[in-house]
Amino acid sequence: MNMLRAVMLALLLGLAFVASPVATAQAGEAGPSFPKAQGSCVDDPATMRRHHFDFLTHQRDDTLRAGIRGAKYSLKECVTCHASTAANGKPVPVNAPGQFCQSCHAYAAVTIDCFSCHATTPQTAEAKP
Amino acid sequence: MSQPTSRRDLLKAAAIGAVAIAPGLTLIAPAAARPLGTGASAANRWGLLIDTSKCDAGCTACVDACKTEMGLTGHDRPLTDSQYIRKVDVTDPASGHRHSLPVMCQHCAKPPCVDVCPTGASMKRADGIVLVDRHICIGCRYCMMACPYKARSFIHEDQSGQKPDNPRGKGCVESCTLCAHRIDAGGQPACVESCAKDGRAAMLFGDLNDPNSEISRRVSTEATSRIRADLGVEPAIRYQGI
Repeated sequence: MNMLRAVMLALLLGLAFVASPVATAQAGEAGPSFPKAQGSCVDDPATMRRHHFDFLTHQRDDTLRAGIRGAKYSLKECVTCHASTAANGKPVPVNAPGQFCQSCHAYAAVTIDCFSCHATTPQTAEAKP
Repeated sequence: MSQPTSRRDLLKAAAIGAVAIAPGLTLIAPAAARPLGTGASAANRWGLLIDTSKCDAGCTACVDACKTEMGLTGHDRPLTDSQYIRKVDVTDPASGHRHSLPVMCQHCAKPPCVDVCPTGASMKRADGIVLVDRHICIGCRYCMMACPYKARSFIHEDQSGQKPDNPRGKGCVESCTLCAHRIDAGGQPACVESCAKDGRAAMLFGDLNDPNSEISRRVSTEATSRIRADLGVEPAIRYQGI
Protein backbone atom coordinates (compact mmCIF):
# COMPACT_ATOMS: atom_id res chain seq x y z
CA MET A 1 0.00 0.00 0.00
CA ASN A 2 2.81 2.36 1.00
CA MET A 3 4.57 1.47 -2.22
CA LEU A 4 1.51 2.47 -4.24
CA ARG A 5 1.27 5.81 -2.40
CA ALA A 6 4.92 6.51 -3.10
CA VAL A 7 4.46 5.79 -6.80
CA MET A 8 1.39 8.02 -6.97
CA LEU A 9 3.28 10.82 -5.23
CA ALA A 10 6.22 10.45 -7.59
CA LEU A 11 3.89 10.58 -10.58
CA LEU A 12 2.20 13.72 -9.28
CA LEU A 13 5.55 15.41 -8.62
CA GLY A 14 6.73 14.39 -12.07
CA LEU A 15 3.64 15.96 -13.60
CA ALA A 16 4.29 19.17 -11.69
CA PHE A 17 7.88 19.27 -12.99
CA VAL A 18 6.73 18.69 -16.54
CA ALA A 19 4.05 21.37 -16.22
CA SER A 20 6.25 24.12 -14.81
CA PRO A 21 8.68 24.58 -17.76
CA VAL A 22 5.70 24.81 -20.08
CA ALA A 23 4.26 27.63 -17.96
CA THR A 24 7.58 29.46 -17.98
CA ALA A 25 7.93 29.12 -21.72
CA GLN A 26 4.49 30.63 -22.19
CA ALA A 27 5.36 33.61 -19.97
CA GLY A 28 8.71 33.93 -21.78
CA GLU A 29 6.98 34.35 -25.10
CA ALA A 30 5.02 37.29 -23.69
CA GLY A 31 8.03 38.79 -21.90
CA PRO A 32 7.95 42.00 -19.94
CA SER A 33 6.04 44.89 -21.47
CA PHE A 34 7.30 48.44 -21.27
CA PRO A 35 6.91 51.77 -23.09
CA LYS A 36 8.84 52.23 -26.36
CA ALA A 37 11.88 54.52 -26.22
CA GLN A 38 12.04 57.76 -28.16
CA GLY A 39 14.64 57.67 -30.93
CA SER A 40 17.16 54.92 -31.66
CA CYS A 41 19.58 53.32 -29.21
CA VAL A 42 23.37 53.83 -29.22
CA ASP A 43 23.82 50.11 -29.92
CA ASP A 44 21.70 47.27 -31.27
CA PRO A 45 19.09 45.96 -28.80
CA ALA A 46 20.61 42.48 -28.47
CA THR A 47 24.00 43.90 -27.43
CA MET A 48 22.41 46.37 -25.04
CA ARG A 49 20.29 43.64 -23.43
CA ARG A 50 23.33 41.46 -22.84
CA HIS A 51 25.98 44.06 -21.96
CA HIS A 52 24.41 47.35 -20.81
CA PHE A 53 25.61 46.86 -17.22
CA ASP A 54 29.21 46.20 -18.35
CA PHE A 55 29.17 49.31 -20.54
CA LEU A 56 27.85 51.44 -17.70
CA THR A 57 30.29 50.07 -15.11
CA HIS A 58 33.27 51.05 -17.25
CA GLN A 59 31.70 54.32 -18.24
CA ARG A 60 31.08 55.43 -14.66
CA ASP A 61 34.78 55.17 -13.77
CA ASP A 62 35.85 57.03 -16.90
CA THR A 63 33.41 59.85 -16.26
CA LEU A 64 33.84 60.28 -12.54
CA ARG A 65 37.50 59.49 -11.98
CA ALA A 66 39.03 60.64 -15.27
CA GLY A 67 36.50 63.33 -16.14
CA ILE A 68 35.88 61.98 -19.66
CA ARG A 69 32.54 63.24 -20.94
CA GLY A 70 30.50 62.52 -24.03
CA ALA A 71 31.25 58.80 -24.28
CA LYS A 72 28.97 56.45 -26.22
CA TYR A 73 27.30 54.89 -23.18
CA SER A 74 25.83 57.12 -20.51
CA LEU A 75 23.18 56.39 -17.90
CA LYS A 76 21.95 59.95 -18.27
CA GLU A 77 21.30 59.32 -21.97
CA CYS A 78 19.54 56.02 -21.17
CA VAL A 79 17.13 57.89 -18.90
CA THR A 80 16.66 60.71 -21.42
CA CYS A 81 15.33 58.33 -24.09
CA HIS A 82 13.67 55.69 -21.95
CA ALA A 83 11.66 57.79 -19.49
CA SER A 84 8.09 58.05 -20.71
CA THR A 85 5.81 61.00 -20.18
CA ALA A 86 2.62 60.80 -18.13
CA ALA A 87 -0.72 62.24 -19.20
CA ASN A 88 -0.02 65.38 -17.14
CA GLY A 89 3.16 65.98 -19.17
CA LYS A 90 5.51 65.02 -16.33
CA PRO A 91 8.21 62.39 -16.95
CA VAL A 92 7.66 59.00 -15.31
CA PRO A 93 10.68 57.59 -13.39
CA VAL A 94 12.35 54.75 -15.34
CA ASN A 95 12.36 52.64 -12.16
CA ALA A 96 8.61 52.95 -11.57
CA PRO A 97 6.65 49.68 -11.94
CA GLY A 98 6.01 48.82 -15.60
CA GLN A 99 8.55 51.34 -16.88
CA PHE A 100 11.51 50.52 -19.12
CA CYS A 101 14.18 49.65 -16.54
CA GLN A 102 11.92 48.26 -13.84
CA SER A 103 9.77 45.96 -16.00
CA CYS A 104 12.75 43.95 -17.30
CA HIS A 105 14.55 43.88 -13.97
CA ALA A 106 11.40 42.70 -12.20
CA TYR A 107 10.98 40.01 -14.87
CA ALA A 108 14.61 38.89 -14.47
CA ALA A 109 14.47 39.30 -10.66
CA VAL A 110 17.46 41.67 -10.65
CA THR A 111 17.63 44.62 -8.28
CA ILE A 112 18.74 47.91 -9.84
CA ASP A 113 21.07 49.87 -7.59
CA CYS A 114 21.66 52.72 -10.06
CA PHE A 115 18.60 54.67 -9.07
CA SER A 116 19.21 54.89 -5.35
CA CYS A 117 21.55 57.72 -6.41
CA HIS A 118 21.01 58.49 -10.10
CA ALA A 119 18.17 60.63 -11.43
CA THR A 120 15.26 58.60 -12.78
CA THR A 121 13.81 61.34 -14.98
CA PRO A 122 15.51 63.47 -17.64
CA GLN A 123 16.84 66.93 -16.85
CA THR A 124 13.92 69.33 -17.21
CA ALA A 125 14.33 72.48 -19.27
CA GLU A 126 14.01 74.87 -16.31
CA ALA A 127 16.61 72.95 -14.29
CA LYS A 128 19.29 73.30 -16.96
CA PRO A 129 22.08 75.75 -16.14
CA MET B 1 58.95 91.20 -62.34
CA SER B 2 56.52 90.33 -59.62
CA GLN B 3 52.91 89.53 -60.32
CA PRO B 4 50.68 92.59 -59.83
CA THR B 5 48.47 92.12 -56.77
CA SER B 6 44.89 92.00 -57.85
CA ARG B 7 41.90 92.94 -55.70
CA ARG B 8 40.93 89.26 -55.64
CA ASP B 9 44.32 88.27 -54.16
CA LEU B 10 43.96 90.88 -51.45
CA LEU B 11 40.53 89.58 -50.51
CA LYS B 12 41.86 86.02 -50.47
CA ALA B 13 44.70 87.03 -48.14
CA ALA B 14 42.29 88.83 -45.86
CA ALA B 15 40.07 85.75 -45.67
CA ILE B 16 43.06 83.53 -44.76
CA GLY B 17 44.09 86.03 -42.10
CA ALA B 18 40.62 86.02 -40.58
CA VAL B 19 40.67 82.22 -40.36
CA ALA B 20 44.06 82.35 -38.68
CA ILE B 21 42.87 84.88 -36.12
CA ALA B 22 39.64 83.08 -35.22
CA PRO B 23 41.23 80.01 -33.57
CA GLY B 24 43.58 82.34 -31.69
CA LEU B 25 40.60 84.17 -30.27
CA THR B 26 38.93 80.99 -29.10
CA LEU B 27 42.17 79.91 -27.42
CA ILE B 28 42.23 82.89 -25.08
CA ALA B 29 38.54 82.53 -24.11
CA PRO B 30 38.24 82.26 -20.29
CA ALA B 31 37.27 78.61 -20.07
CA ALA B 32 36.73 76.51 -23.17
CA ALA B 33 34.75 73.29 -22.94
CA ARG B 34 37.10 70.32 -22.96
CA PRO B 35 36.69 68.30 -26.16
CA LEU B 36 34.40 65.31 -25.63
CA GLY B 37 36.27 62.11 -24.96
CA THR B 38 39.28 63.72 -23.31
CA GLY B 39 39.85 63.51 -19.57
CA ALA B 40 40.62 66.12 -16.95
CA SER B 41 44.19 67.32 -17.37
CA ALA B 42 46.92 68.04 -14.83
CA ALA B 43 47.66 71.14 -16.92
CA ASN B 44 44.70 72.75 -15.15
CA ARG B 45 44.33 73.55 -11.47
CA TRP B 46 40.86 74.93 -10.91
CA GLY B 47 40.45 77.28 -8.00
CA LEU B 48 38.51 80.15 -6.51
CA LEU B 49 39.47 83.55 -5.19
CA ILE B 50 36.95 84.92 -2.70
CA ASP B 51 37.07 88.58 -1.69
CA THR B 52 35.46 88.59 1.77
CA SER B 53 35.25 92.40 1.81
CA LYS B 54 32.53 92.03 -0.85
CA CYS B 55 30.70 89.21 0.96
CA ASP B 56 27.63 90.36 2.93
CA ALA B 57 26.72 88.55 6.16
CA GLY B 58 23.04 88.29 5.21
CA CYS B 59 23.58 87.10 1.64
CA THR B 60 23.20 83.39 0.91
CA ALA B 61 23.08 83.56 -2.91
CA CYS B 62 25.93 81.05 -3.29
CA VAL B 63 24.46 78.60 -0.80
CA ASP B 64 21.00 78.77 -2.40
CA ALA B 65 22.39 78.40 -5.93
CA CYS B 66 24.41 75.37 -4.81
CA LYS B 67 21.36 73.68 -3.31
CA THR B 68 19.37 74.25 -6.50
CA GLU B 69 22.15 73.17 -8.84
CA MET B 70 23.03 70.03 -6.90
CA GLY B 71 19.49 69.10 -5.85
CA LEU B 72 20.25 69.23 -2.12
CA THR B 73 17.01 68.78 -0.27
CA GLY B 74 17.06 68.88 3.50
CA HIS B 75 14.84 67.82 6.36
CA ASP B 76 15.19 71.04 8.34
CA ARG B 77 17.92 69.43 10.41
CA PRO B 78 20.86 71.82 10.14
CA LEU B 79 23.21 69.47 12.00
CA THR B 80 22.86 66.62 9.52
CA ASP B 81 21.43 68.08 6.30
CA SER B 82 23.90 68.07 3.41
CA GLN B 83 25.71 71.31 2.78
CA TYR B 84 28.34 71.86 0.11
CA ILE B 85 28.86 75.53 1.03
CA ARG B 86 28.13 77.24 4.32
CA LYS B 87 28.42 80.87 5.26
CA VAL B 88 30.73 81.44 8.23
CA ASP B 89 30.51 84.71 10.17
CA VAL B 90 33.68 85.54 12.07
CA THR B 91 34.53 88.30 14.54
CA ASP B 92 37.97 89.48 15.56
CA PRO B 93 37.68 89.53 19.38
CA ALA B 94 40.40 92.18 19.68
CA SER B 95 38.93 94.72 17.27
CA GLY B 96 35.33 93.61 16.95
CA HIS B 97 35.72 93.52 13.15
CA ARG B 98 33.13 91.18 11.67
CA HIS B 99 33.05 89.56 8.30
CA SER B 100 31.37 86.74 6.47
CA LEU B 101 32.77 84.18 4.08
CA PRO B 102 31.61 81.11 2.19
CA VAL B 103 33.46 77.90 3.04
CA MET B 104 33.25 74.84 0.83
CA CYS B 105 35.53 71.92 -0.06
CA GLN B 106 38.92 73.59 -0.46
CA HIS B 107 40.03 71.11 -3.15
CA CYS B 108 43.40 70.57 -1.47
CA ALA B 109 46.45 69.57 -3.47
CA LYS B 110 47.23 67.16 -0.60
CA PRO B 111 43.74 66.21 0.55
CA PRO B 112 43.56 64.51 3.97
CA CYS B 113 40.20 62.93 3.00
CA VAL B 114 41.94 61.04 0.19
CA ASP B 115 44.76 59.95 2.51
CA VAL B 116 42.42 58.33 5.02
CA CYS B 117 39.80 56.78 2.71
CA PRO B 118 39.93 52.99 3.17
CA THR B 119 38.32 52.15 -0.21
CA GLY B 120 39.76 54.77 -2.57
CA ALA B 121 36.36 56.42 -2.96
CA SER B 122 37.74 59.78 -1.89
CA MET B 123 39.82 60.84 -4.85
CA LYS B 124 41.47 63.77 -6.56
CA ARG B 125 40.96 64.29 -10.27
CA ALA B 126 43.93 65.19 -12.51
CA ASP B 127 42.80 68.82 -12.56
CA GLY B 128 42.80 69.00 -8.75
CA ILE B 129 39.06 68.60 -8.10
CA VAL B 130 38.49 66.43 -5.03
CA LEU B 131 35.50 64.10 -5.38
CA VAL B 132 33.78 61.15 -3.72
CA ASP B 133 33.33 58.12 -5.97
CA ARG B 134 30.01 57.07 -4.52
CA HIS B 135 30.12 53.80 -6.42
CA ILE B 136 32.69 52.57 -3.92
CA CYS B 137 32.03 54.79 -0.88
CA ILE B 138 31.03 52.62 2.07
CA GLY B 139 29.88 55.54 4.21
CA CYS B 140 32.47 55.10 6.98
CA ARG B 141 32.81 58.89 7.33
CA TYR B 142 36.52 58.74 8.07
CA CYS B 143 37.01 61.55 5.50
CA MET B 144 34.56 63.74 7.39
CA MET B 145 36.72 63.35 10.49
CA ALA B 146 39.92 64.03 8.53
CA CYS B 147 38.73 67.17 6.71
CA PRO B 148 40.02 70.28 8.51
CA TYR B 149 37.36 72.40 6.79
CA LYS B 150 34.22 70.47 7.82
CA ALA B 151 33.41 70.37 4.14
CA ARG B 152 31.79 66.95 3.86
CA SER B 153 28.28 65.75 4.60
CA PHE B 154 26.73 62.33 5.01
CA ILE B 155 23.38 61.39 3.47
CA HIS B 156 21.20 59.86 6.17
CA GLU B 157 17.94 59.42 4.28
CA ASP B 158 16.75 57.76 1.07
CA GLN B 159 16.82 60.29 -1.74
CA SER B 160 14.55 60.92 -4.70
CA GLY B 161 14.38 63.64 -7.33
CA GLN B 162 18.16 63.94 -7.70
CA LYS B 163 19.67 66.13 -10.41
CA PRO B 164 21.09 64.15 -13.35
CA ASP B 165 24.43 65.94 -12.92
CA ASN B 166 24.73 65.16 -9.22
CA PRO B 167 23.77 61.58 -8.37
CA ARG B 168 23.48 61.20 -4.57
CA GLY B 169 22.05 58.55 -2.29
CA LYS B 170 21.73 57.33 1.25
CA GLY B 171 24.83 56.00 2.98
CA CYS B 172 27.42 58.00 1.06
CA VAL B 173 29.55 60.99 1.92
CA GLU B 174 29.39 63.98 -0.39
CA SER B 175 30.84 67.45 -0.76
CA CYS B 176 31.36 70.32 -3.19
CA THR B 177 32.45 69.05 -6.61
CA LEU B 178 33.45 72.56 -7.73
CA CYS B 179 30.60 71.90 -10.22
CA ALA B 180 32.86 69.52 -12.16
CA HIS B 181 29.98 68.90 -14.61
CA ARG B 182 29.87 72.60 -15.45
CA ILE B 183 33.66 72.96 -15.63
CA ASP B 184 33.85 70.00 -18.04
CA ALA B 185 31.32 71.81 -20.23
CA GLY B 186 33.37 75.02 -20.14
CA GLY B 187 31.28 76.77 -17.50
CA GLN B 188 31.93 77.96 -13.99
CA PRO B 189 30.54 76.85 -10.63
CA ALA B 190 26.92 77.74 -9.83
CA CYS B 191 27.95 79.65 -6.66
CA VAL B 192 30.28 81.93 -8.61
CA GLU B 193 27.63 82.58 -11.21
CA SER B 194 24.96 83.48 -8.64
CA CYS B 195 27.39 85.61 -6.60
CA ALA B 196 28.02 87.69 -9.71
CA LYS B 197 24.29 87.91 -10.49
CA ASP B 198 22.60 88.21 -7.07
CA GLY B 199 25.51 89.00 -4.76
CA ARG B 200 28.42 91.40 -5.03
CA ALA B 201 30.70 89.36 -7.29
CA ALA B 202 32.96 88.32 -4.43
CA MET B 203 33.95 85.03 -6.08
CA LEU B 204 36.31 84.52 -9.00
CA PHE B 205 36.77 81.14 -10.66
CA GLY B 206 39.69 80.20 -12.87
CA ASP B 207 42.73 78.11 -13.66
CA LEU B 208 45.56 78.67 -11.18
CA ASN B 209 47.97 76.90 -13.55
CA ASP B 210 47.29 79.31 -16.42
CA PRO B 211 49.49 82.41 -15.89
CA ASN B 212 47.22 84.45 -18.17
CA SER B 213 44.01 83.75 -16.24
CA GLU B 214 42.42 86.52 -14.19
CA ILE B 215 42.70 84.45 -10.99
CA SER B 216 46.44 83.78 -11.51
CA ARG B 217 47.07 87.42 -12.26
CA ARG B 218 45.33 88.53 -9.08
CA VAL B 219 46.88 85.82 -6.90
CA SER B 220 50.34 86.85 -8.11
CA THR B 221 49.83 90.59 -7.61
CA GLU B 222 47.47 90.87 -4.62
CA ALA B 223 47.65 89.57 -1.04
CA THR B 224 45.62 86.37 -0.68
CA SER B 225 45.44 83.76 2.04
CA ARG B 226 44.25 80.22 2.52
CA ILE B 227 42.36 78.93 5.55
CA ARG B 228 44.66 76.95 7.84
CA ALA B 229 47.59 77.32 5.45
CA ASP B 230 49.73 75.99 8.33
CA LEU B 231 48.39 72.49 7.69
CA GLY B 232 50.18 72.41 4.33
CA VAL B 233 47.29 70.79 2.46
CA GLU B 234 47.52 73.51 -0.22
CA PRO B 235 43.88 74.39 -0.88
CA ALA B 236 42.76 75.72 -4.27
CA ILE B 237 40.36 78.16 -2.61
CA ARG B 238 41.99 81.47 -1.76
CA TYR B 239 40.54 84.30 0.28
CA GLN B 240 41.16 88.01 0.54
CA GLY B 241 40.41 90.08 3.64
CA ILE B 242 40.63 87.39 6.31
